[in-house]
Amino acid sequence: MRYIPNSPEEREEMLAAIGLASAGELFRSIPQDLQLKRSLDITEALAEPEVIALMEKLAAKNTAAVKPSFLGAGVYSHFSPTIVDHLIQRSEFFTSYTPYQPEISQGTLQYIFEFQTLICQLTGMEVANASMYDGSTAMAEAYLMAQRVTRRDKIVVAETVHPEYREVAKTYTQHGDLKIETASFDEETGRISNLSALDDNTAALVVQSPNFFGCVEDLKALSEKAHAVGALLVVVVTEAISFGLLKSPGECGADIVVGEGQSFGIPMSFGGPHVGLFATREKFVRNMPGRLCGVAYDKNGNRGFVLTLSTREQHIRREKATSNICTNQGLIALAATIYMETMGKKGLQEVAMQNAQKAAYAAKKIASIEGFELPFSAPKFNEFVVRSSNLAEEVLAKLREKKGIIGGLALSRYYPDRPNEFLVCVTETMKKDQIDDLIQSLSVLG
Amino acid sequence: MSIKKVTQHPSQNEALIFERSQAGRIGYRLPKLDVVETNIDELLPAELRRDDDLDGVPEVSEVDVVRHFTRISTWNYSIDLGMYPLGSCTMKYNSRLNEKVARIAGFANLHPLAPEEESQGALELIYELQQDLAEITGLPGVSLQPAAGAQGEMTGVMLIRAFLDRRDGDASKDRRVMLIPDSAHGTNPASAALAGFSVKTIRSTAEGLTDMEHLKQVCDEGGVAGLMLTNPNTVGIFETNIKEICATIHASGGLVYMDGANMNALVGIARPGDMGVDVIHLNLHKTFSTPHGGGGPGCGPCLCTSALEPFLPVPRVIKAETPVGSVFSESSSSQSHFRLDFDRPESIGRVKAFYGNFGMMIRALSYIYTHGADGLKEATEAAVLNARYLSHLLQDDFDKPYAADPMHEVVFSHKKQSRKGVHTLDIAKRLIDYGFHPMTIYFPLVVEGAMLIEPTESVGRQDLDAFVEAMKDIDKEAQENPQLVIDAPHSTRIGRLDEASAARKPVLRWKPDQEVSAITA
Repeated sequence: MRYIPNSPEEREEMLAAIGLASAGELFRSIPQDLQLKRSLDITEALAEPEVIALMEKLAAKNTAAVKPSFLGAGVYSHFSPTIVDHLIQRSEFFTSYTPYQPEISQGTLQYIFEFQTLICQLTGMEVANASMYDGSTAMAEAYLMAQRVTRRDKIVVAETVHPEYREVAKTYTQHGDLKIETASFDEETGRISNLSALDDNTAALVVQSPNFFGCVEDLKALSEKAHAVGALLVVVVTEAISFGLLKSPGECGADIVVGEGQSFGIPMSFGGPHVGLFATREKFVRNMPGRLCGVAYDKNGNRGFVLTLSTREQHIRREKATSNICTNQGLIALAATIYMETMGKKGLQEVAMQNAQKAAYAAKKIASIEGFELPFSAPKFNEFVVRSSNLAEEVLAKLREKKGIIGGLALSRYYPDRPNEFLVCVTETMKKDQIDDLIQSLSVLG
Repeated sequence: MSIKKVTQHPSQNEALIFERSQAGRIGYRLPKLDVVETNIDELLPAELRRDDDLDGVPEVSEVDVVRHFTRISTWNYSIDLGMYPLGSCTMKYNSRLNEKVARIAGFANLHPLAPEEESQGALELIYELQQDLAEITGLPGVSLQPAAGAQGEMTGVMLIRAFLDRRDGDASKDRRVMLIPDSAHGTNPASAALAGFSVKTIRSTAEGLTDMEHLKQVCDEGGVAGLMLTNPNTVGIFETNIKEICATIHASGGLVYMDGANMNALVGIARPGDMGVDVIHLNLHKTFSTPHGGGGPGCGPCLCTSALEPFLPVPRVIKAETPVGSVFSESSSSQSHFRLDFDRPESIGRVKAFYGNFGMMIRALSYIYTHGADGLKEATEAAVLNARYLSHLLQDDFDKPYAADPMHEVVFSHKKQSRKGVHTLDIAKRLIDYGFHPMTIYFPLVVEGAMLIEPTESVGRQDLDAFVEAMKDIDKEAQENPQLVIDAPHSTRIGRLDEASAARKPVLRWKPDQEVSAITA
């Protein structure tokens, strides 16, 4: 086996050196009747070219990966500068462990510190952690943190928060004493509307903006309503590119901002690995989940970075920890950091603007096709809902079969009572021709 | 022995990117906007737009970014540099082949909500990995959804909770005690708490094994929902009584969860399912070599008996009995068809959006294919041999608290050095001067000044011998010149950092007006 340095002969010598006659004797502490007496029923070892061929064959069956696609809904196709994937493949980054030994992990620690800073700048918050698994688990952790901070037991969550995020949060909280109520949205605007569940037992109002339908929420008004009853405002952002254009949640009064950072140069990769963002106010820092990196100095006054405030964490507090999370999404957070820094101030603004412009172009044209309309009036970023006079599933299937276009996501997957609507996402990666193709195809097939 | 400080070089003093930023520098170029532009006020009213010009976000060129990250990368130790013997972390070689296949466009550019018919390769890959992991563990129910070990644990104990709630109905509320050995990972109790369990600690014996008498006594007290056990345990010893342990828990009405962090000692040799374990999580980033990436991403599949299978997270990836044709295509292929199954009414629910860390699954399957059945067993043997070899060669110089033969990792304590004022932390820092990443220190908590060493199969004999020599030299230094060890490391860019001050006055982000740039070297 080429990944094992010691040759069979060397291994024989080592066995002899420790007084054993065979490799089998290494396992004497495992009772005989528990030892597997046969080979695992797994393929024979494959050579490198065979593995590549097999994987390429599997990948080729993913025909959706090469088609023009208007899918968004929490995972977005964006351009990633070449250096992002190049730099994260440096051995020193991808084959290192969690930075437990700061003297030989300053590379990792420094980029985490930069990541935390950038997330603070974009979200308008005061502290951000080293990242969570993804947006959905970050939101679940925000529920639990809001409960700890307020000592209240109710979460009011907008129906326009990503349905899979809400499912994950439900799983995380099902055995605690949190009660979750859902706030419905306005059929006219597509924004959260019914806040009647908000009361003085509410730990947090949880909203997504842009929401699952692509509508930008009025966060300022929502924060005032949440704060009026002493609840926190938790803002969920699934499309991180929107930070480049939209007023930051922090400036609007958010207390916790969670989100998905996949848009920052991370491949869609069938849903993971991505990277969860988690930011909050400084006064809540000791209630945060996850790893935090901070500045420290050595005895000569050299600046360095360490993992800090770890008394919140499971390895010290065990069952009383703020979360069971052990580590962060290290390498993906690094990719996001490189993306944000490469794009820089101007790039993050320009890419956000291009998304908004291209989506607006597509939306306007689709709305003018007979049989299609845009049901929600609120301002949008790069996604919008289209209502068809036919079943959305059928419209999308026709687009795919006849035109080779993946036109978006039928809302019925998550909202069964909305069979005629689909969600369209247009990012900077879609060329005008491709958008025009979609429009043309819809007008012919729709 | 004196080690000279490395010479000054720009790469030694790479600033924060914010400190390098120069107004007007550009690191990207996008194609020009090719659609008719709409007045921005029509799209988004000013009150919804940012007006801070992304204050503080850096402005740097592409060259700046490449140099920045290349420079800071050199401050890290990594597996590709050498032995990384962190106990319980399984820092084995991360093959470039796995990186290559994970980046094939058909995987990397696949959207998770793409139609099933057009994502068959991804679903098939998930299915194949599920089958292989089920065979390796002897547990047939599999979900690859959990994003990391801790989430796999949470999933596992939630399965136990769901099973008990279903079996016992209301009476389940009297069964909320999760037993956890004193040597367990901290994530175990934290995950148990999320499933609504309270924790009772089970003692270890002087031999480093679960205390059977204590276990039976606690089980007799009643209310036991289950046991969370690592095997081999966290001191690297196989729990020889595992069958009796499982039988005891089962007899008291509970279930057994095994933390699979140490599966690298068992693959191809013994299977948790055959031992009586009901549910386990694996760490693809340990046993199956997906890169640790400086702290993630991981992947923590959860595997269980068929009795627990109905409760696994949704969606499940299944092989369809009959091919499912699409609405508009009459041609149904004769190949197997893979599906996402959401119809699992007893499921604990989703633990993560979409289907888990798919990119890690590709790498793990590539690892399995590259090894094959024989290679997997060979890797296990080589890993255990390496640990046993180290144990043998170090046991005269370092206190080995347990006499039993270790499996894939071995624990020592600092007892022989602490008399001279040299503690585990000092030994760890001194190892850095010898060019090694330190072992896991102060874990497990049951061993005073624990040093947990896991070489993995990815280390050759010369490196093991060099490590042994370094450890022996450090012992000698501890006896003869303890201050040298206490002041270590002497060879790194920065010395030991004042972590206490960092926690007292945390500075967790850069700010333009803040004094965090005291580089004096």
